[in-house]
Amino acid sequence: MPGKLKAKIVAGRHLPVMDRASDLTDAFVEVKFGNTTFKTDVYPKSLNPQWNSEWFKFEVDDEDLQDEPLQITVLDHDTYSANDAIGKVYIDIDPLLCSEAATIISGWLPIYDTIHGIRGEINVQVKVDLFNDLNRFRQSSCGIKFFCTTSVPRCYRAVMVHGFVEELVVNEDPEYQWIDRIRTPRASNEARQRLIFLMSGELQRKIGLKVLEMGGNAVVGYLQCFDLEGESGLVVRAIGTACTLEKISTLPSTTTQPSNSSPSKDMKDSPQAASSTLGCRSTHSSPVHIASSRLSQGFSVSVPTLLFAGMKPRHRSSDAPRAKQCRPVFGEEAPGVPLSSGPPTPLRAQTFSSFSPSKSYSRQSSSSDTELSLTPKTGMGSGGSAGKEAGPLKALLRQQTQSALEQREYPFFTLTSFPPGFLLHVGGVVSARSVKLLDRIHNPDEPETRDAWWEEIRQEIKSHVKALGCHAVVGYSESTSICEEVCILSASGTAAILSSRFIQDGSLDVEHRLSRQPVVFTSGADRVEGDMGSSASLGFEEVAPPGCGFCHIPYDELNIPFPAQLTYCYCCRRNKVPDVLFTTIDLPTEANVTGKGCLIQARLCRTKKKAQGEGNATAISNLLPFLEYELHTQLMNKLKLRGMNALFGLRIQISVGETMLLGLASATGVYLTALPSPGGIQIAGKTPSDITYEQHISNMQKKINDTIAKNKELYEVNPPEVVEEIIGSPIPEPRQRSRLFRSHSESSDEVSELDLSHGKKDAFVLEIDDTDAVEDIHALLTDSPTPQGFYSCNTEIMPGIQTWTSAIQMFTSVRVFRLNNLNLTNQGMNKIFTDLCENLLKSLYFKLRSMTPCCLCHLNFTVAIPEDELIQVAVTAVAMSFDKDQALENGMHSGEKTHIKAIHENDEQLQFNLELNPDCLTATKGLADVTGCHPSAKAPSVDYSSFADRCSSWIEQLRLKAHTMRRGSIKTTSSLEKNSPLPEGRSRSLRSNRSYSGGSVAVVKMTPLSFIPGAKIIKYLGIINMFFIRETTSLREEGGVSGFLHTFIAEVFAMVRAHVAALGGNAVVSYSMKECVFMENPNKNQAQCLINVSGDAVIFVRESELDAASVQPQSVTTQTSNGGEGT
Amino acid sequence: MFVSDREQSVVRYNVNVEYFNTYTDVKMSVELDVFVGNTTIMDKEVYQLWLNGYTVNDAVKVRIDGGIMEECEVSVEVLISDTMDQYRTFQMCERLLHHPAKLANQLLFQIPPDRQAMLIERYYAFDDAFAREVLGKKLSKGTKKDLDDVSAKTNITLKSCRRQFDNFKRVFKEVEELKGPLVENIRQRFLLPDQLARDYAAVVFFANNRFETGKKKLQYLTFQDFALCAGQLINNWTVGAVDNMMEDMDVDLDKEFLQDLKELKILITDKDLLDQHKSLVCTALRGKTNVFTEMEASFKNLSRGLVNIAAKLINAKDVRDFFIDLVEKFIEPCRSDKWTSIDVNLYLTHYTNSAHILDTFKHHGVWTRYMGVIKTCILRMYHE
Repeated sequence: MPGKLKAKIVAGRHLPVMDRASDLTDAFVEVKFGNTTFKTDVYPKSLNPQWNSEWFKFEVDDEDLQDEPLQITVLDHDTYSANDAIGKVYIDIDPLLCSEAATIISGWLPIYDTIHGIRGEINVQVKVDLFNDLNRFRQSSCGIKFFCTTSVPRCYRAVMVHGFVEELVVNEDPEYQWIDRIRTPRASNEARQRLIFLMSGELQRKIGLKVLEMGGNAVVGYLQCFDLEGESGLVVRAIGTACTLEKISTLPSTTTQPSNSSPSKDMKDSPQAASSTLGCRSTHSSPVHIASSRLSQGFSVSVPTLLFAGMKPRHRSSDAPRAKQCRPVFGEEAPGVPLSSGPPTPLRAQTFSSFSPSKSYSRQSSSSDTELSLTPKTGMGSGGSAGKEAGPLKALLRQQTQSALEQREYPFFTLTSFPPGFLLHVGGVVSARSVKLLDRIHNPDEPETRDAWWEEIRQEIKSHVKALGCHAVVGYSESTSICEEVCILSASGTAAILSSRFIQDGSLDVEHRLSRQPVVFTSGADRVEGDMGSSASLGFEEVAPPGCGFCHIPYDELNIPFPAQLTYCYCCRRNKVPDVLFTTIDLPTEANVTGKGCLIQARLCRTKKKAQGEGNATAISNLLPFLEYELHTQLMNKLKLRGMNALFGLRIQISVGETMLLGLASATGVYLTALPSPGGIQIAGKTPSDITYEQHISNMQKKINDTIAKNKELYEVNPPEVVEEIIGSPIPEPRQRSRLFRSHSESSDEVSELDLSHGKKDAFVLEIDDTDAVEDIHALLTDSPTPQGFYSCNTEIMPGIQTWTSAIQMFTSVRVFRLNNLNLTNQGMNKIFTDLCENLLKSLYFKLRSMTPCCLCHLNFTVAIPEDELIQVAVTAVAMSFDKDQALENGMHSGEKTHIKAIHENDEQLQFNLELNPDCLTATKGLADVTGCHPSAKAPSVDYSSFADRCSSWIEQLRLKAHTMRRGSIKTTSSLEKNSPLPEGRSRSLRSNRSYSGGSVAVVKMTPLSFIPGAKIIKYLGIINMFFIRETTSLREEGGVSGFLHTFIAEVFAMVRAHVAALGGNAVVSYSMKECVFMENPNKNQAQCLINVSGDAVIFVRESELDAASVQPQSVTTQTSNGGEGT
Repeated sequence: MFVSDREQSVVRYNVNVEYFNTYTDVKMSVELDVFVGNTTIMDKEVYQLWLNGYTVNDAVKVRIDGGIMEECEVSVEVLISDTMDQYRTFQMCERLLHHPAKLANQLLFQIPPDRQAMLIERYYAFDDAFAREVLGKKLSKGTKKDLDDVSAKTNITLKSCRRQFDNFKRVFKEVEELKGPLVENIRQRFLLPDQLARDYAAVVFFANNRFETGKKKLQYLTFQDFALCAGQLINNWTVGAVDNMMEDMDVDLDKEFLQDLKELKILITDKDLLDQHKSLVCTALRGKTNVFTEMEASFKNLSRGLVNIAAKLINAKDVRDFFIDLVEKFIEPCRSDKWTSIDVNLYLTHYTNSAHILDTFKHHGVWTRYMGVIKTCILRMYHE
């Protein structure tokens, strides 16, 4: 009995009339948690009842506290017939379990009914008293903080970034159970809502356990998704990045090892935990087991794709070695195939059945760069000498950090922005997709097949990363698209090299080293052991200059994994950079950017024949590479058309329907100063004899050139260096090398050699005879520019705009289009889809015109094919006004400054940590040689057995670690006494002003970004993760489908705001609508919609008020940090 | 279980589709189109069009004519989408606007306070022309049925007429039984600005006392004329007017006062008093006006008229005819004698004041209370 949950029902208001005779309601309330139910008295004949109940007390396990929501049902008492339910409120009490989050939930919450929507409000108060729990066997993970924010939350510093955590739980979908035939829609919806609440609670708890095992205290970038697999079940899955966070306070905090304070259970005692332990995936390492389970699935196709940075599809090298190469290489080849020739069958399609886990392991190891050596185009051989001084050092550093990561199964990070210095180099986008056939999940407790599917994908990603010479994935995300029984699983991220000092796992590393040390020596790594200390002390800034370091190529230029044009960095002139860089992360704050950025979208629609089962899956997987390739080409063209050279926040979404596939790629294009200026786009005709034809081409060429020039002006892309040095296409290798040895002043000589580049060989050539190209050109030119005063991006920050005002407007817009004519060509479909997206954007600009000058940030498009002929597009974004006059540096700018300051603090803190664990460095470095997986290693690839060996040794270490953690927990949990009465009292008094005054409702801001311009977030109150179902049987009466959905979305917003306000917050950051499944049946006058939203509830203070308020929050901060380190 | 039958979904009902099909490519149609902001976005101009009862198509036409397409470089479809979306938002808000106090503490829409005030004010604003038509009528279903006539006469859309009528009725029902000052009640209950609350008070007051305003002779009077008179009556002739602490309503005239008014009859029944009064007034007026002779000649008639109105007010039926009596018994005679407003003012001032000098006249309080209102009303109603 480690917790006492207390709830009090205060009052209701705006209740619906339940008794037609009296026009009043006799309302009472049932409060339910687990299997315990309490009831209030009936408050007769009132629409504004005052129950003022006692405190209902539930004595429960903290495990239940995490899993279960508090369920409040408002009913109308009826003497003669059954009581009528008015509606329900589900309260997630997770925020109350963490000492640093909220202390009480109190306020007006909407009473929600799945058929009628919001029906009045209820005023409740909920508190939790947690008792000391020294139980070593506990299953709960109370106290782990969850953040949707994909960066280090604003008022915390990251002491340690532990790494990737993932989990999934499955269940039968109540809507597909037999009982659904006899129960009411309301009962069915409520069963579903409740189940999903339970499942996300359980998922969060399980992830929390993993974090505890890793020694962390928080999950950042928590991404939870639902897969509604229909008949085959309901999957709730989540990924995140485990961190040890520390609240930034004015007090000089001592870096205690928080890992020790978190009690953890022994894995041996709990089989469930053992299977979920990170790094102990050895339970799945039996290939036979997995293979058989997959066979029972009947089908599995994996379509790997690699969107390499700087990939040039036209420069296909047909070297012999490539044919033999393993998957990562294929990934780029597949897109290369279809351009000019007719669509050949991609290689991958036939190989689906041969995909096995053992292969994935061997693939991983075989992807060492000896096999990856593509012959570079020009002068690559000589390029090796370039980074002579930096080279070895870099290699060593990479090696050592890599090893730290290498020992994790998945060196993935869901974060998209990082403290300066964390991200050393970025390789490019890596993505993997796989087409699966869904089958009923037979045993919900053992979701092995789904687990195994994701595992495959992640392994795939991992191998791609290696091919890029990187050791980690940042900005990692996973998604699915389901149509009937076919499911496309996708994962994508950005291959990167990270600074080691942020990612050592304290004690784990030490133990690992101890156990592995003999191996280090015996395996006889001929690498320099002694160098390590010195390299660590050399510092990273030298290797990675702040503004351009991340652009430098991580891979060996001798062994470029794909054809790319390398040049010397335009900032530091020392390192090589690719000509184009694609990433899924946010633009690093320290990046040097010229001009402003803009949203770039590639849209594609491909028809497909209706099919069933395997045939369908094969057809889809055959289409996927083409789709990806074309999206990529479109992105590249559009990027060039805007005169830019890098994409951030790239998100490629592929949706599958019965008769079509939709692809939507969104990213923010910028001009990175460090990268070369992009070449123009040249149109070439195949029959140059015809004069009219020539004219046609030159007209188009002119149009394109004009557009490029216009865009450059619009986005202020006018890099000064370009004018004096080079414009246009990258310079061949040898010349550049020579430039390196020249002085900078001399380099101006080269200007004469370079014209505006469009005529150059290296320029991007589009052949007009190619029907695809015609389409491409069309697509390029039909993109209408953003109206005056608007900018748009899909990332957190818009480069080039700093002076945000405090005016923000978050919005969601949903459109569903019906295709009336299904006999459309691909081109026709493309045009429709493009128009659809363009019109949607235009509508948004028009709607928000009163906010100009403004920027639409975090424009997040979601496409779906809910029915055969329907396309659904949902957009969530935030419009933020800014001051046109950049001289007026107030608001956001100062906010940005403080943010940077905070980061610097982080930095120092981390450095401190580094000094604490100097031995970790050598430890991790030693391992690198064992694994032998880093690209520069000459050693042959490690075989499967050694991998398994490594796994088993991990288990041992983890057990050891669990012991130490337990020991640690006893001494620290005494400080667990949770509540600090002062802040609670204060927050209550604050709240009472708001809740009971009966006056206006507190304003709650919502934003998909992690910050609020002009304001400082002073407290995170907990994660908001809500799932709602709404159904109607009177669609017409509710204003048709639009009226229905409009109301529902407004209701969802209202409920989010109310719950945030009840937690004591005034904003939701990192808000997202993850799911919006809309179904209609107009003949029956019915519609149903499911919405899942999430975000972080916070308290923010306007910077202008900060001085006045600074005293108060400070007291809270110190109080809470004193109050609960443990739990 | 939610089953969506794909086979049958060929014929679909959608209010929106018709608008879209008029301009969109036949190859696709917009099935659903919504935009929801965390802060509810409302365009004042579209709101006004909605309030005016325009259909979406008409509203779009008005917007296009206003030059918005050129100004913002948008297409018709964007405009239609936006208009429709706004209309839907307003429709959803309408329920809340019926109880303006709820708008402030509802959770569904996050609307800044100044916007809320704007929404309420505009929703409750009414056309004087419309109000003039229903002024004094019973706010019943019967009246509502006749609104199409009103609509045709005033050139205000039927939809708008209905909204205005419903507003009248809602305000009336809400404050009818409330104690305390009428204007203040309306202002607090409906969060209306002062002037609008006063106008509503007038409407409520007229509806409650069923003043006759529809007679031909009264047609020249505007709503604002009546509103001012109503304000006078509310402020001076109701129970609340004399004693704010009184637990009574502003909606009804002070019965005691009406009773007392009968005492004024002495001014015309007592021959001496009447003559004395006349001579006092004439002395004061002499040489100050061009219509002195007419004044002198009609004094007895006019005085009889005004005092008789006062004496009869105790009967509910005569209360209804109050305005028509004022016109017939005072305004029309003066007008036929070509009095100017200044003349009327002069005459009424001296007529009122002189009564206080009369030796045997004791009812000074009632007289002041009566004549103060009468004077202001007549002056307002006297259109030259």
